[in-house]
Amino acid sequence: MANLKTTEKKTKAQSMGLHTEVLTGKTQQKFFNPDEAENFYYWGTYDVDFNKRIDLDVNDLDCKEANKKIDELMSQGYGTIVIKNPQGKHSLGVGILNKLNLIFEGSLGYFGVGSIDGPTVRINGRVGWSCAENMMAGKVVIEKNAGSCFGAAVRGGDLICKGSVGARTGIDQKGGTIIVGGDAGAFTGFMMQRGRIIILGNVGINLGDSMYDGTIYVGGKIGSFGSDAIESPMTKSDVDWIKRKLKVAEIGENFDISKMTKVVAGKKLWNYDALEPTEKKGAI
Amino acid sequence: MCGIAGLIHRGKSSNVGNELQAMLQALKHRGPDSTGYALYADNDGQNFIMRFKVGENVGEGSSSINEDESVYDKRKELVDQMLKSLGAKVLKEEKLTPYSYRYEMQYDEDLMDFSKKIESIESVEILSIGKSLELIKDLGDAQEVLDRYDLGKVRGTHAIGHARMATESGVDIKSAHPFWGYPFSDVSVVHNGQLTNYWNNRRMLENKGMRFMSECDSELIAVYLAEKMRNGATLEEGMKDSLSGLDGVFTYFVATKDSLGMAKDTMAAKPLVLYESDDLVAMGSEEIAIRSILPQEIDTYDPFDGEVKVWQI
Repeated sequence: MANLKTTEKKTKAQSMGLHTEVLTGKTQQKFFNPDEAENFYYWGTYDVDFNKRIDLDVNDLDCKEANKKIDELMSQGYGTIVIKNPQGKHSLGVGILNKLNLIFEGSLGYFGVGSIDGPTVRINGRVGWSCAENMMAGKVVIEKNAGSCFGAAVRGGDLICKGSVGARTGIDQKGGTIIVGGDAGAFTGFMMQRGRIIILGNVGINLGDSMYDGTIYVGGKIGSFGSDAIESPMTKSDVDWIKRKLKVAEIGENFDISKMTKVVAGKKLWNYDALEPTEKKGAI
Repeated sequence: MCGIAGLIHRGKSSNVGNELQAMLQALKHRGPDSTGYALYADNDGQNFIMRFKVGENVGEGSSSINEDESVYDKRKELVDQMLKSLGAKVLKEEKLTPYSYRYEMQYDEDLMDFSKKIESIESVEILSIGKSLELIKDLGDAQEVLDRYDLGKVRGTHAIGHARMATESGVDIKSAHPFWGYPFSDVSVVHNGQLTNYWNNRRMLENKGMRFMSECDSELIAVYLAEKMRNGATLEEGMKDSLSGLDGVFTYFVATKDSLGMAKDTMAAKPLVLYESDDLVAMGSEEIAIRSILPQEIDTYDPFDGEVKVWQI
């Protein structure tokens, strides 16, 4: 067996001190050296100044060029970027991992502002499928309607749509809050695992189908419950929490929160509760 | 993953050829194999327009067998003879490509019998018959097909189109969309999705005398609706019935002489964005298709699961 100590060629990770292997009878792996911590930085992030504002017209740019331009502007310290003429283009504003004020004056296509971690986004138009997919943190506000798979697999942050959304809102949701001012389609909260969804309007069929955990609040009529989704009584803390969230979202000012329906997982589909907490975390 | 687009102008005509081209070009990334147009043109409405093909486009990317062009001419002669024997009076004929033709003709008898006889000639397929329907489909993107068939000048009230990514059947004209709603004049269908009970339905419909020209699952929708309408159902009734009769995931558009409809399956698995105003309805698989003809700020939305809508001109 090769002795890694004598191996001349090191991988990039090894040369950075991230991953060293020493053969002393058994392999020892060290994945992170605290001494090296100061050399770490979150790749692709910038310190920006919110008072530095710039307009960016993306009418003649494709999505790659537009995203590169946004990155370039952030690297120059611009903290408020206004995107003009997005014209329904796909994948705009994705992968932003720092604080930023991002304003879209128009509508986005599919996969808008996906995989973001931190920015505050306001979209004055509509968004297509899979908006803010995999969002880690931040706040996204959509003034008009949204397509299907709204907030798919979000892990944190607030995702707000003031209009109506399509089917499978919050599919695979792992955290955070999704708030919808209008109606939602079929399979809302499909397979959701954590987090909360608030729908002020009606929802379609199979609400919360196969949900593992998490909570869905519905203000209007429910088409039908999905497998393992059950109704639960509203508590005062639910009402207080929703009230606070709606205030932040700037919608539903006079909405009667106490009449909302609370939907949670019945946890009968698989032996979720039989797992140890650590295993639970692994499963999610 | 195919791209579909449709638009209907209410109360006026417009340059639907160019408008649909812009919409389909924006959806090219969803389907680069072939493009189809069903344009409802401002014709005089007196005569039937029959578009048919006598062979396949064997150009780059085609999955068809290469044939000598002389075969096409022989088949065309056979079609002419058949038309004569059926008593159809051809007023104008245009050769659009070596393999496709457009005839203007007068015919008063049953179209089902007519079509069966014409299509009994080897490799001949009627793409459409109608008094306003101009159905064009060929390999290539929206611009190439528009140029090849000179569709830029077509004015009309409504249109549906399709950019196809071939999945379950070959890259050829016979499997391309839109499909004509045989044997009804002026009916066409485009579809995005997959149908999983194709063979069951096909066997059932063939037993009832309906015809299938391809092995493309989308053709089933056209035949399914045609069969419902033949038995007295309205277009909207047929479409609502299709939500349970067809299994799988789909969003489809259907157009007739004076209407345009859309249906979305009960799982809402396939995308559709819709813009509706008093004088125009435009819809497509993606927002960029609508934006290509309406760049100003507009309100659009996704129809919900199991939704059926029909608009009149």
